[in-house]
Amino acid sequence: MPSYSLTVNGRPYTVFAAADTPLLWVLRDNLGLTGTKFGCGIAQCGACTVHLDGEATRSCVTPISGVGTAKVTTIEGLSPTATTASHRVQKAWVAEDVPQCGYCQSGQVMAAAALLAKTPDPSDAQIDEAMTNICRCGTYQRIRAAVHRAAKEA
Amino acid sequence: MERRAFLETAGGLGAALVIGFRIPNRREQDPALFAPNAWLRIGTDDSILVLVDRSEMGQGVTTALPMLLAEELEADWTKVKIEFAPADKAYINPLFGMQGTGGSTSVRAAWTPLRKAGAAAREVLIAAAAQRWDVKTTECRAERGAVVHAKTKRRLRYGQLAARAATLPVPADVPLKDPKAWRIAGKPMNRLDTPVKVNGRAKFGIDVSMPGMRVAVVARSPVFGGKVKSFDATRAKAVDGVRDVVPISSGIAVVGSGYWPAKQGRDALQVVWDEGPTAGVSSATISQLFAERAAQAGVVARHDGDPDGALGGAPQRVEAVYELPFLAHATMEPMNCSAHVRPDGVDIWAPTQFQTGAQGLGAQIGGVPPEKVQVHTTYLGGGFGRRFELDFIQEALEVSKAVGAPVKVIWSREDDIRNAQYRPANYHKMAAGVDAAGRPVAWTHRIVAPSIMARVFPNAVQNGLDNEAVEGGKEMAYTVPNVHVDYQLTDTGIPVGFWRSVNNSYNAFAVETFIDELAAAAKADPFEYRRGLLTNAPRHRGVLELAAAKAGWGTPLPAGRARGIAVHKSFESYVAQVAEVSVSSDGAVRVHRVVCAVDCGMHVNPSTIEAQMQSCIVFGLTAALKGAITIENGRVVQSNFNDYEMLRMADMPLVEVYIVPSTEAPGGIGEPGTPPIAPAVGNAIFALTGKRIRKLPFGTVV
Repeated sequence: MPSYSLTVNGRPYTVFAAADTPLLWVLRDNLGLTGTKFGCGIAQCGACTVHLDGEATRSCVTPISGVGTAKVTTIEGLSPTATTASHRVQKAWVAEDVPQCGYCQSGQVMAAAALLAKTPDPSDAQIDEAMTNICRCGTYQRIRAAVHRAAKEA
Repeated sequence: MERRAFLETAGGLGAALVIGFRIPNRREQDPALFAPNAWLRIGTDDSILVLVDRSEMGQGVTTALPMLLAEELEADWTKVKIEFAPADKAYINPLFGMQGTGGSTSVRAAWTPLRKAGAAAREVLIAAAAQRWDVKTTECRAERGAVVHAKTKRRLRYGQLAARAATLPVPADVPLKDPKAWRIAGKPMNRLDTPVKVNGRAKFGIDVSMPGMRVAVVARSPVFGGKVKSFDATRAKAVDGVRDVVPISSGIAVVGSGYWPAKQGRDALQVVWDEGPTAGVSSATISQLFAERAAQAGVVARHDGDPDGALGGAPQRVEAVYELPFLAHATMEPMNCSAHVRPDGVDIWAPTQFQTGAQGLGAQIGGVPPEKVQVHTTYLGGGFGRRFELDFIQEALEVSKAVGAPVKVIWSREDDIRNAQYRPANYHKMAAGVDAAGRPVAWTHRIVAPSIMARVFPNAVQNGLDNEAVEGGKEMAYTVPNVHVDYQLTDTGIPVGFWRSVNNSYNAFAVETFIDELAAAAKADPFEYRRGLLTNAPRHRGVLELAAAKAGWGTPLPAGRARGIAVHKSFESYVAQVAEVSVSSDGAVRVHRVVCAVDCGMHVNPSTIEAQMQSCIVFGLTAALKGAITIENGRVVQSNFNDYEMLRMADMPLVEVYIVPSTEAPGGIGEPGTPPIAPAVGNAIFALTGKRIRKLPFGTVV
């Protein structure tokens, strides 16, 4: 298997994986970063959303060979300390008590963080456009409230 | 009562199905730990550990159950931590006789036992403090995680009392607090599992890993019931990272170092299938079969008065046929399970709703007694009834046994959509006789559907009647003097299973659409018409009136919008919803607002109730607008979220939830919000367009 060097959450890694292996499975199976979830494998649901150089990216269709030098940020690296979840989006998620089953929420939080980085105070229409991740529990109403809350607390 | 005796008593509530074993005794590691019952561990560090014996799949049990216990314990809520309970007879769901989560039973089942557990522990802690201070227990009281001696203003935290409490007897029956004095239960509380669900640390089944673990992806018959005729593993084994290819009962498992190689190997595997008889089944043949069966009398579920006579004698007759499709659960976390089958025992790590079943299966496949099977329940990335099944657990056990290593089986989304136990497709033939004033004098409802119980618990089907299949139809609450409800059990070859709100999901649509048709035939307001017929159903009427009032029923709406209403009781809770709908020029249905009134009796966490109503509504609305699993040549046509679509943020209506204050016994909350939404939306579409859509999903209205 070929080897790839990548930077995840500020740390350098070298991994051995087939060139077509999605970044998602490198994160999960090679690096043990299981906060990024598998939901569909075809970029439909967004459970696998990570940041590549700050851009929300669906890692299930991003082959490891295509990551190059892009800096990868996962849910584990969103806030400086993984255990405290101090990013304003995470704090807003806690305040609005958003998650139910929680499986999609890593992806939702990453999508919201990327949205707010570009659009500090998004309208409902902008939220609709950017937040296309599926939540089967239907937490959308609280997600919307949490995005607005995070925007206010910037 | 001795702890062991307590466990035996608790276990005695269950059925013979369950085989218990000793819970790993933490006291062996920490003799100072206060462990008065199966659910509570108080450490010398003031930690309050609640063992949650129901599966957390989003419905909030990891918060609601500790709230019940903590209320009586007078715990400091900030000290409460949770852990999932192992499989043990102490944790049998008294409403099932098995350890499992479903049927919106968790709070109802825990309501008394968990409060009693907390109250008894509190009394022991008070006794320990009184002993330490050498005062009467009546001079002491518990508050926020400590015992206080008011006279001397002395105070000991629970952690300081744990070691002594562990040596004292636990009283059997302690009176419970008046709910009016509650300070935790009944109040909106943030979930205990939120922090780990926003930083990626919550461990779901798919996240389980351990040294030496392999990942398996299974090739299953594309046709339900098909078998492997032959297979060639050459190409699969050529994939870098694939280690083994092993036949198991559901197909052929490809085992690799991770998901990706295993999946690539599975896709490269060549299998010839013996497709079996279901290869001739398609959605069109199923519809035809249902229509044929609907022409034949079914097994009687309810018969009041003289429905045939009243129907024949009525001045007006209204008839309708409704047809609803199979539906998949599509939990966000695809099916998966990890297992390690060894000669001396079995470990199962599973996002499961059914611990007793998992343990029994582990014993059977592992060839060990059940007490040698440890079931480690993880967080569930959605359940909705799908994870009451054992198919994914069986696969992990079989593959681990075959390769002699810990194995995690992971399903792709396509595997998940195409190999489920679906909400039954179903067909309803309705007729009503209406008097000159427009009131129904006769109501007949024939339900044609496969039976879930016939597959899962066949003994529950007696003389062709599955009482679950008719639930919500048989209990039709409107005052009609002559009623007939019957059931035509119709197998289709497609496996059917529990899907959030189960058969209420279709019977509510039939009943609540048909009553709307009767209101229309009577040229009556659909809310007032229902209200007038709910004279013997005060809780139905209560939520109906509340939803209508909050929705502004009868007040003007912007042009191009209309309201529809529906009410349904399920799982001992009553829910009414008013949907506000528009239809675009290209026929797309848009739901703008849903007003939901719920009467679930006494309740634990209003914040969760609001969340669960929203969740139920999204779940039901997704199905009503978009959901259909269709069959061609015994195969599921849909494959993933591109063709089995989910509601997304942009489709989300504004949902308002109103909870009826109540002192009635608690009802369920995880499912009862789902049944009313499809008929409420359909009735709104009718109010807006005059078009009555009798087949789901609504799709585009043309």
